[in-house]
Amino acid sequence: MTDSKMNLTPEEQAILDGKQGSVLAKAMKSVVLYGEAFGAGKLVDIVGDQHMVTSFGANTIKPYFSMMDELIHAGLKTRHPFTVDPRPIEYEAVNVNPLQKLVNKLVFGKQADYEKQLKALGLRNGNAFTCTCYLPEVGNTPKKGAMLAWSESSAVVFANSVLGARTNRNSSGIDILCAILGKAPFFGFLTDEGRQATWKIEIKTSKRPNAQLLGSAIGLKVMEAVPYITGLDRFLGKELTPEVEAFLKDMGAATASNGAVGLYHVENVTPEAKESGDRLLAKGYRTYAIDDAELERVRASYPVLWSNLNAVPRRAFIGCPHLNHYQLQNWIERISGVLKEHGLTRTKMPVALSTAPDIADLFRNDPAIRAKLTAMNISITTICPLMYMNNPLCAREPIATNSNKLRTYSTARFFLDDEIVELMCTGSVRQGEKTA
Amino acid sequence: MSRTFKGRPLLAGACQGEALVTHGGLNTLASYERALVLHSKNAVCSDQNNPDLYKKDMAGKIICLPQTIGSTTGGLVLMTVCSVGSQPKALLFANHIDSLAAAGVILSDIWVGRRIVVVDQLGPDFLSAVESGQTISIAEDGTVTAS
Repeated sequence: MTDSKMNLTPEEQAILDGKQGSVLAKAMKSVVLYGEAFGAGKLVDIVGDQHMVTSFGANTIKPYFSMMDELIHAGLKTRHPFTVDPRPIEYEAVNVNPLQKLVNKLVFGKQADYEKQLKALGLRNGNAFTCTCYLPEVGNTPKKGAMLAWSESSAVVFANSVLGARTNRNSSGIDILCAILGKAPFFGFLTDEGRQATWKIEIKTSKRPNAQLLGSAIGLKVMEAVPYITGLDRFLGKELTPEVEAFLKDMGAATASNGAVGLYHVENVTPEAKESGDRLLAKGYRTYAIDDAELERVRASYPVLWSNLNAVPRRAFIGCPHLNHYQLQNWIERISGVLKEHGLTRTKMPVALSTAPDIADLFRNDPAIRAKLTAMNISITTICPLMYMNNPLCAREPIATNSNKLRTYSTARFFLDDEIVELMCTGSVRQGEKTA
Repeated sequence: MSRTFKGRPLLAGACQGEALVTHGGLNTLASYERALVLHSKNAVCSDQNNPDLYKKDMAGKIICLPQTIGSTTGGLVLMTVCSVGSQPKALLFANHIDSLAAAGVILSDIWVGRRIVVVDQLGPDFLSAVESGQTISIAEDGTVTAS
């Protein structure tokens, strides 16, 4: 392929023509065809560090490893350093039995080799494994308007919506090729028109809705469209505090996993909605009202895949996507408070709070905090809970979570925050009382 | 009675096969996850949230769908499915192809050397006109016939 419908610069055309090597030409061909599929007229320079979804050395993804090897052997590297999603395993924090460990070796046996590939291509550092790379403690925080080519659906939707950066929902594979070229095809969320909303979501709940459930309702309804959400500022206020950012992070992750949302606007809250208001609504937009009953309906539609519906969970996972600092502190205090209410000192099941390595270090490096958490049966981990559930033996266990993303991709059972904290502490919960 | 639709041949090819229809988005990771983890040669759908496809074998089928949804590992999953030979014969999109599926099929074509025939923009009536089990014929120019 040497002809493109795209308006390429002479340098881009030379790469496509193979003048900088056959592997780079293949990378350019892939990115150009990808852009052409969406009518992109040009490539734009990526401004800022990359974030990529593939963090796991799964034995099955051989074609991806082969592609990475081709890139490395051609002497290529990403133009900017990059962060990646969380590691799949961390036995010090989330231990498993010997059989599960054996299966992990079969599933993720290429982890060490894959991390070598990542380093060779430009991985930022050893702490770069998190799905919340944009948190200030991690520091891969793109500026408003920055053109990117990120993957990881929860990071993409946060970067677009809350930070006002511009990235499409890129897939694993195309992300590394864009990062090596330092180019992204100009279409979709990179354009002004691609950021217009085609759905208006009216929040009419009686109280602040659960972020994970609200995001699920929106994602299931609008799929890949851009929603403009009204009425949420009544509960969130208008400032992007760490608490509000945590809400938006979790809501966004649910919109992206239950549907395919890559950008949302929240009236009076997110940056573009603050600037442009309902001018972001495209002509002919559709409307979806969400009240308490609608959230109940959505919740009731979730299948429960535990073999014993009354089982005491083997483990509880909080933090998919990774918790921010505010959330981590808040969960520790919340669990501690409920344990005290019940006159207990220890949760009934191991509780894993998952967060970015840079945040985990702040807690785990303090011996007093570490001892307190161990006594409470809580561990701070940096793994991806979804990867834990990819082990078929772990997937058979009754696992509880408050993450709608984890629910969507695994057999983990979804509970609202109030329910799951009760469940962790007492081993049981009365469901159906609270949706908000 | 057969019905004919015309779409955009994104990855052109002529083929014939059995339709497997999903009216909701195909969650690529959730659908193929179990088959990949178990190193299965077939591709039994493991997406509990998709009643149209759940527990059905997707390998070698012509999947008729609105779009794909879910994790941005979607393209990598398609590459992997292609490499083990359990890919669908074709993907027929009622809507414009989404970014995850587009990346997956392009990368499979270029880096794995296996093509999934892709036609998109078949229109809103397409998914109400086709049914799982029907025979679908696809022409190089993006003409799709269901009979």
